[in-house]
Amino acid sequence: MASKLDLDPRVVRTARRLAAKAGQPVVDLARSHTTVSVERAVLRLAGVHGADSDGIPWVNRLVDAVRADVGLGHGVAVPVFHAMRSTGVDDITVLAQKAAAGAVRFDVPTSKSELSAARRAARARTNGGLKIVDQRRRERDRLIKRLGDPKQRPWIYLIVATGDIYEDIPQAQAAARAGADVIAVIRSTGQSLLDYVPEGATREGFAGTYATQENFRLMRAALDETSKELGRYVRLTNYASGLCMPEIAALAGMERLDMMLNDSMYGILFRDINPIRTFVDQRFSRQVHARAGIIINTGEDNYLTTADAVEAAHTVTVSQLLNEFFAHEAGLEDWQLGLGHAFEINPELPESFRLELAHALLARELFPDAPLKWMPPTKHMTGDVFRGNLLDGFFNLVGALTGQGILLVGMMTEAVVTPWLSDRDIALQNVRYVLTGAGKLHEDFVPAPGGFIQQRAHSVLDEAVSLLGKIVDQSLLDAIAEGTFGIMKRPADRGKGLDGVARHEDDYYNPVTLALEGEA
Amino acid sequence: MTIVRPYGDTTGDGMVQLSFTLPIPHDKRAEGAAIQLANKMGMDPALLVHAKPMGDGFTFFVVYGKVSHLVDTDKVQVVERDYPLLSAKEVNATIKRRLRRRLNVVGACIGTDAHTVGIDAILNLKGIAGEKGLEYYSELSVTNMGAQVSVPDLVETARERKADAVLVSQVVTQRDAHLQNTRAMSAAFREALPTGKRPLLIVGGPRFDELMAGELGVDRIFSRGTTPREVASYLVHALTGSSS
Repeated sequence: MASKLDLDPRVVRTARRLAAKAGQPVVDLARSHTTVSVERAVLRLAGVHGADSDGIPWVNRLVDAVRADVGLGHGVAVPVFHAMRSTGVDDITVLAQKAAAGAVRFDVPTSKSELSAARRAARARTNGGLKIVDQRRRERDRLIKRLGDPKQRPWIYLIVATGDIYEDIPQAQAAARAGADVIAVIRSTGQSLLDYVPEGATREGFAGTYATQENFRLMRAALDETSKELGRYVRLTNYASGLCMPEIAALAGMERLDMMLNDSMYGILFRDINPIRTFVDQRFSRQVHARAGIIINTGEDNYLTTADAVEAAHTVTVSQLLNEFFAHEAGLEDWQLGLGHAFEINPELPESFRLELAHALLARELFPDAPLKWMPPTKHMTGDVFRGNLLDGFFNLVGALTGQGILLVGMMTEAVVTPWLSDRDIALQNVRYVLTGAGKLHEDFVPAPGGFIQQRAHSVLDEAVSLLGKIVDQSLLDAIAEGTFGIMKRPADRGKGLDGVARHEDDYYNPVTLALEGEA
Repeated sequence: MTIVRPYGDTTGDGMVQLSFTLPIPHDKRAEGAAIQLANKMGMDPALLVHAKPMGDGFTFFVVYGKVSHLVDTDKVQVVERDYPLLSAKEVNATIKRRLRRRLNVVGACIGTDAHTVGIDAILNLKGIAGEKGLEYYSELSVTNMGAQVSVPDLVETARERKADAVLVSQVVTQRDAHLQNTRAMSAAFREALPTGKRPLLIVGGPRFDELMAGELGVDRIFSRGTTPREVASYLVHALTGSSS
C-alpha cells in the first residue's frame, strides 16, 4: 500500500529508536532471569508429560523438587539430567514421579565431565522436542500449499467458547464452514492465573475452555478435517498468556496451533501478574513462536476498553512499537506480528469514524508488513442490537479501507449473550457484504493531503514519540508502575508469580534458549 | 391510561417483531412451523418477512405480527434493588464526596478453595460481562489476596489495610464447605474486631442463597451472575450511607 498519511520517515525512525531504547533494559532483565514456567517448558520439550492423581502436572512436581534442592538459578536441565545419569532412570517422566515422592536428590555436578555429560543429555532430549515443533511447522506449510490460504484479506477470525472441547469442535467446524478463516478457542476464566497447565480433554470451563495439550490436539485434528473439506487451511488460535505462557507456547508449537495471543504487557496490566515474570516468560514464549512459525496477536485493543480510545490512542501506538521491538528481538518476523488495535471510540463523538480511520491507517503505515489484528467494538455495544450491527458494519468498513490482516468478527449481541448461531450468521453476513461491496475501496481511498485524517494520524504519532521519550527517561518498568498503559499501576516488586522468578547463576544452562538463539 | 398494547405505526395496532432460529432446514414446512410458533406466542396474524437457511439444518426467521394482549401498567410488579445501580463515575464521585478518601477493599478465596474465577471476575481490571472489575474504580483501593487464604491471614490483612469491606468468594461446595468457611470467617472477624471497627463482610459464589446473610453472619451475599458494578454500587450504598 502506497503511503497515504505522508508520515515523516524521520519521526517514524525516531519512534522505533526510542522503542528499542525503552525495551532494551527489559530484554536485559529477561536474559538474566528465569522462571518456573520457562523451566517447565524446557522439561515439556524434553518429554515430561502427564500429571499426578491430583491433576498437578509432573513438570510442576519435578521443577519444584529441583528448586527445593538447588534453586532455580542454574536452570533445571543440568540437575535433572545429572540425576537421570546418576540414578540410572532413563524415562524423564518416571524421574519426575520419583522426585515427587522424595526419592531423588538433585545437585549441580562439580566435575567438568559430569557437567558436560548432563548438558549433552539435556540438549539431545530438548532438541527432540524442538524437532517435533519443526515437523509441525513443515506440516502446516505443506497443508497451506496443498489447500491454500483464504482468498481474501482480512482473514475472518471467529471465537468459540463453550467450556466443553467436545461442544467446541462442532461449533468451530460450523463456523469454518460459514466462512471463518481463523478459529479462536477462548480460555476458561481464571486459567491465566493458574501456575500449571491442566491435563487432558476438558469438558467444563468458566466462560471458556481450558487450554490443554489434548484439547489443542483434538481441535487441530478436527479443523484439519474441515480444512480438507473446504479446500482452505483453517487456522487455530489460543492464548499464550498468564502464568504458564512459556509452556503453552511450547505445547502450541508441538500441536501445530497457528496463532497465539501473546502480548508483552497484557498479563501485567490486566491480570496483575508480576512485570518481571511476564517479561521473562514473554521472551521465551516468543522465541518458541518464532521457531514454530506461529503468528502472534498482541492485545492493544484492551487498553482502549479501559482508557478513552481518543485520549489513549497514542498508548496503543507506543505499545505496538514496543511489542514489535520485543518480537523482533525474540526472532519473530514481520509476517508473524498480528499487532492489535480496536474500533472503540465512542460513536456519539463527532467525527468518530474519521478518527477510527486515522488510527487504523496509522497502524497500517507504521507496520506495513505486519498482518495487524483489527478488533471490533465492545465498550460501546449496549444491547441495542440494531445499532450494534450498524457499528460492526462501520468497523468492517474501516478494516477493508485500511488493509487489516486479521479481522475479529464483531457480534451485535456483544455484552448481551454469548453469540447465538444466528448472531454469528448475521455478523458474517455483515462482513461479507462489506468485503464484497467495498473490499478494494482502499485502492481509491486517499485521505486529503493535510486534511483531518492525516493531521490526526500525525498528532497521534507525535504524542507516541513524546510518551516513548518519557518512558526512556524513567524506564519502562517505572512507566508501568505509574499507570501509563490502560491506567493500571503495576510496580515491579508486586503482582502474581513473582516468587517463581530467579536470577541466573553464572552457570545457568537452558538448552532450549540456546537452540532458539542459534548458539547450539 | 394504564392499559396499553404494542405500537407499530397506529395507536392500538398491537404490532411486534420477533426473530428466532428453528433447528430444521429451510423449506415451506419450516416457514409454516415458524408461523405456528408465532401464533402460539399470541401473534395473529403473523407475517413471515424473512427466512434464511444457516449451516446444516437451521433456519433463521423474522416475523412481524399483531398481538391481542393488553398490558396493565398498574399491575406491573417490580422487585426493587434496595440500592441504586451506579456508574463507575458515580461510584467514584460519591466515595470522594462522602468518604474523602479511597475506600479499601480486601478480597480472597478462603479455605482450600482454589477457584479464583469469582473473586477475579469482580476484582480484576478485566472484569466480566463487559464490566470492568473493582480495580478499575479510581476511588477503590483493592487488595486481592488470591486463593487458599487462611482466615487469620485474611483478618490480619483486613486490619493492616484498614479494610472498609472484605469480599470472600467460595465456589467449592463439597460437604457445604462454602457455608462452614463463611461462618468461620465471620466469627473470626467478630472475635478480632469490635462492632463499628469491623469491615463490611460480603461473600459471593454460585451456590449461595442470598437470603442466608444473617444466618452466616455476613452483611451481604451475592449469587450467580453478579457483576462488579453491582458490588461497587452496594459498597457505596452500605458504606457511605448514600443513595446517589
